[in-house]
Amino acid sequence: MLPFELRFERRLEVAPWLGPSLPIMAIFVALFTGALILWATGRDPATGYIDIFQTAFTKPGALTATALSATPLVFTGLTASLAFRIGIWNIGGDGQLMIGALAAATAGVALGNLGGWISLPAMILAGAAGGALWGLVPAYFRARSGTNEVLTTLMLNYLAPLLLGYLIFSSKSWWRDLTSPGAKVFPQAKPLPFEAIWPSLGTDVVIPFGFLLGVFVAVVMQAVLHSTKYGFEVLVTADSPSAGNYAGIRTKRVFITVFLLSAALAGIGGASQVGDFTYRLEPRTLQFAAYGYTGIAVAALARYNPIAVVVGALFIGGLVNANLSLQGPELPLGLLGVIQGLILLFVAASEISARYRIVLRYRKKAILTAPFTNAGKRETPP
Amino acid sequence: MNDLMVVTLLASGILYGTPLIIAGIGELLAERSGVLNLSVEGIMLMGAATAFWTSQSFTGGPDWLALTAAILVGAGVGVLVALILAFSVVTMQANQVVSGLALLIFCGPLGLSNYLGAVGNLTSTTGLHRLPKLDLFGLGDLPVVGPLVFDQDLLVYFSWAIVAGVWFYLTRTRAGLHLRAVGEEPNAADAMGVNVVATRYVHTLIGGALAGVAGAYYSLIISVNWVNNITAGAGWIAIALVILAFWRPLFVLIGAYLFGVVTSLGFTLQALGYTLPAELFSSLPYLLTLLAVILASGRLSRFHLKAPAALGLPFRR
Repeated sequence: MLPFELRFERRLEVAPWLGPSLPIMAIFVALFTGALILWATGRDPATGYIDIFQTAFTKPGALTATALSATPLVFTGLTASLAFRIGIWNIGGDGQLMIGALAAATAGVALGNLGGWISLPAMILAGAAGGALWGLVPAYFRARSGTNEVLTTLMLNYLAPLLLGYLIFSSKSWWRDLTSPGAKVFPQAKPLPFEAIWPSLGTDVVIPFGFLLGVFVAVVMQAVLHSTKYGFEVLVTADSPSAGNYAGIRTKRVFITVFLLSAALAGIGGASQVGDFTYRLEPRTLQFAAYGYTGIAVAALARYNPIAVVVGALFIGGLVNANLSLQGPELPLGLLGVIQGLILLFVAASEISARYRIVLRYRKKAILTAPFTNAGKRETPP
Repeated sequence: MNDLMVVTLLASGILYGTPLIIAGIGELLAERSGVLNLSVEGIMLMGAATAFWTSQSFTGGPDWLALTAAILVGAGVGVLVALILAFSVVTMQANQVVSGLALLIFCGPLGLSNYLGAVGNLTSTTGLHRLPKLDLFGLGDLPVVGPLVFDQDLLVYFSWAIVAGVWFYLTRTRAGLHLRAVGEEPNAADAMGVNVVATRYVHTLIGGALAGVAGAYYSLIISVNWVNNITAGAGWIAIALVILAFWRPLFVLIGAYLFGVVTSLGFTLQALGYTLPAELFSSLPYLLTLLAVILASGRLSRFHLKAPAALGLPFRR
């Protein structure tokens, strides 16, 4: 037995500073632990972090690269924040994003020559449909027979890159580029026609269209959740499915629609990858990036608030951009996951402090307390 | 299909099934205590990286010394990661899914295991030490059974031992009964005088140690090197196996060998000259898991073979 113990004392009222301060504390704890790991392996944490900060936010072109890295994270962050809030553990953002990218690339290549006014909305819709399709099986079986959606969405995460890899690398499918000279050296997907490439905004700092779309979607999501009947049903179901049922909300339908909507969001993220970034389907890039998992850290950092997801995505997007461009012997790539995982862990582990005050105290000898508590008394019926 | 091919297929089924058994039994113990450890994949990657690093740092010396040290280091690292998880979900009563995912990202293919692989220069080296096969009773030359049962490495025998041991522990000992009580009805167990917190800690840590050993099996025996993301989702399949096995050790063993055979089907058929897309074979274990998880939750759940009732729930007195 340890000589001290942690005790949880219920807070009478929640301090208003607590909500916003948890993510900031999480970032500090994660960065500090990351620094310890850098130091323990003989790297200099101070120069490492200064490099990361400059590459992420202050160097010329840094904000452009960070906005590009943040764009898919806005979408996968919204995916996780929408699903997790209601207790749906949709871990499948990764696979849903890849299938969204596949569908959007299909639409872009097929319709690109008709001009951007047609191909851009078609790519967004196709991406959403592709993502939702990849979420359909987990969503249906979760609602029907309570099938563990963590495992089903994860298995689909492993299957999606294999499907994309088959289409581009191992077969002569419609999606594969069989004509251009480069494609004869290394297999690749058909490029988007020039008209289908998504526009961007700004000259000094280039903001991709997908990022603006993500901000728009986040605002719409916040508005729908807090000022429509459907949003009310979602929030009630999130707090208590049984209360929702009792109030006449069709909770099963809410679960399925929220699951599919969250999957569709990841799919739009995939469409933006194709339209904003790679201009063709790039299975390897998508698989390596693991945007779906990073999105979970973004959502936790934002404490599942859609507007805050955009801010969180910019912060983590900065880290992603910096760690990717600085990776090397001095700053191994793995630092990225270390910091993200620690942020997520800290937010999860400190969630209890919103309701309880955590006190560390010395253990005393057990004192027998009187067996009379309020629990024994019967409440008088109203 | 001749005999030789069947033996080859079964032998590689055992090779790929063994880490699934070890990690699956570890996950089973944690889940029986009520802790859902979703970080198995991450722990396996950490175990694989640190065990390979340890083994490579023995430049001379006998194989058994290097490999014993490597496996122990893998287990120890598994305990450390599981300790973080246990602190988060048992002491701090945090959400088990989010905590498990957090540790997965922390250790995972873009996390600490990747970092250690880069820092230790593990990718560029080939393995120095190999675990020899143990010819039990000199029966390794028997047809079919010989190579499958009597001529395996030590960790295969270890995996059989823990299946039998955990079965005995769960069903025939008082401590095993207490463990099941903690997973089903922690408040009743607490009233009975069982220390719920300690039980959950101990079994989560044992689960972590076993996941670490399972990871070490990949980098020391299956491929004898380190590549990033070497386990490629095996940790998740181990978690799925526990569900498919209805939290029973013997079913974990059977399921693990089934998945082992399915995983190695592609390599075996390729070796025999069949040319089918590699992606098709790589996708088989994941497809099988997907289908099995769906089936297990639908048709089969009426057989009263349910998850521990308190799985995933925090205990608050």
